Amino acid sequence: MSGAESTLAETVRLEGTRILATLVRTVGSLQIAEDAVQEAALRALRDWPHNGLPDEPRAWLTVTARRVAIDLLRREGARAQKERASVELAVPDLPPDSVVADDQLRLIFTCCHPALGLEAQVTLALRTLCGLAPAQIAAVLLTSEAAVAKRLTRTRKKILRAGIPYRVPGDEDLPARLAAVCAVLHASYTIAHSAYGGDRLTDVDGARESLRLARIVHDLMPDEPSPMAVLALLLLSESRRAARLDDAGDPVPLSEQDRSLWDAGAIDEALQLLNESLRRTGTVADSYQLQAAIAAEHAQAASYQETDWAEIVRLYDLLLSVQPNPPAALARAVAVAECDGAAAGLRALDQLAPDQRWHAVRGELLAREGRYDEAVAATLVSLTDSVTAPERRHRGRRITEWSAQRRSGAT
Amino acid sequence: MPQYAALTYTRDVDWSAPEQSQDMTEYMKFGQEHAAAIRGGAALYPTSTATTVRVTGARGGDVLTSDGPYAETKEALTGFYLIEAADLDEALRIASEIPAAWDGAVEVRPVIEFE
Repeated sequence: MSGAESTLAETVRLEGTRILATLVRTVGSLQIAEDAVQEAALRALRDWPHNGLPDEPRAWLTVTARRVAIDLLRREGARAQKERASVELAVPDLPPDSVVADDQLRLIFTCCHPALGLEAQVTLALRTLCGLAPAQIAAVLLTSEAAVAKRLTRTRKKILRAGIPYRVPGDEDLPARLAAVCAVLHASYTIAHSAYGGDRLTDVDGARESLRLARIVHDLMPDEPSPMAVLALLLLSESRRAARLDDAGDPVPLSEQDRSLWDAGAIDEALQLLNESLRRTGTVADSYQLQAAIAAEHAQAASYQETDWAEIVRLYDLLLSVQPNPPAALARAVAVAECDGAAAGLRALDQLAPDQRWHAVRGELLAREGRYDEAVAATLVSLTDSVTAPERRHRGRRITEWSAQRRSGAT
Repeated sequence: MPQYAALTYTRDVDWSAPEQSQDMTEYMKFGQEHAAAIRGGAALYPTSTATTVRVTGARGGDVLTSDGPYAETKEALTGFYLIEAADLDEALRIASEIPAAWDGAVEVRPVIEFE
């Protein structure tokens, strides 16, 4: 795809997500709205390169999608829907931005409904709010296109059959429902992020799309502290992106990253968002705020050595009290090692259940203690099938280094 | 006269699908033959449309909503309500006040409306 074509495809995709949200409300069917927007996008990509960009691309797409939707409703014989929808669809005006925003908000809460599984929520959000095609979603979520298509079909069916409403929840339900939305934002980024280093099959950038999703949600609910904290967290994580992989595409540990490559603009924005988020919640921080606060400590440290490890351990303790989870407990053990020495870190590790990352961390800490034999053994155990190829290479190099240390130590 | 609930267990079938019309004919035949005895009933959409609600602790506790049918075997089916509600949210709100929600779980399944 040429640069001009991919720019056009991107424009059509993003405009499509705006149109979709309103169309879902008008036609009352996610499936029909999605099909209509997709067809309008295909027609645009076919028509525009030949006939030139229309004066108002958004209007062109909107009108085309509405026409397709009317045809689809007619074909489906959905009488009641059709009568109501045809009237609204026949209106020539474009919906004002405020209406589009309200509709997008409704769509978010439908996609992130707790009666849907988390994977289904993430998949549907990437489809409807980011406008990604099933093949692109499959690349982001490291699964097959067929699996994504199947999941989307099942999810749309559940929404329709079970009567999941297209509505922003009332004040009473909002906190719980907002937590579900934040979980989707976070999961989407985490999955996309862990796909780094895997073999990239498409040009879609899952992390950027997840960030876009978080920004959409924050923009739609600018007063809510949780989406604000999630956006801050994702921005902080993304800010390190350029430093995270070396030229060969292998991961660079935080301790060895070139901090001048970190995106200062993203860090500044994230710190402001985090401060504002914390200001709004008062004293009790949620898990996203705490994770963002930890990332912010790293972002503000001049070097790995100058990091305030005691503060980071304190934040992990808070995080684990709010939301106990193995990755955070493991990261806390690393912070303890930086703060109080490798032996203390190893003692913290002993309290946790081993998995491949646990063994890898243990290897690093043992090596720091000069226990190279054990370090090599632990790292070998860590090389399970779930370790990505670049990470595997990284650990392989460690094993080589430590084996050499072991030999030179022995002589 | 005593009343009895007859709960049907079959393969996970979508009664609204056209290919089930043969089976539905048999159910309709049953319905006509026993119209005098039948007080109510419903055909349900398949388990892929199910949502399960649990309330932690006691009445008013946290409502845990999850996708899918109730899959445990340690609790037994002990009753059912047919609920009319505007949408799933309203149905779940009512379901979460059934004592079974904190004494076990309540599976909420949409009912097929035959035209």
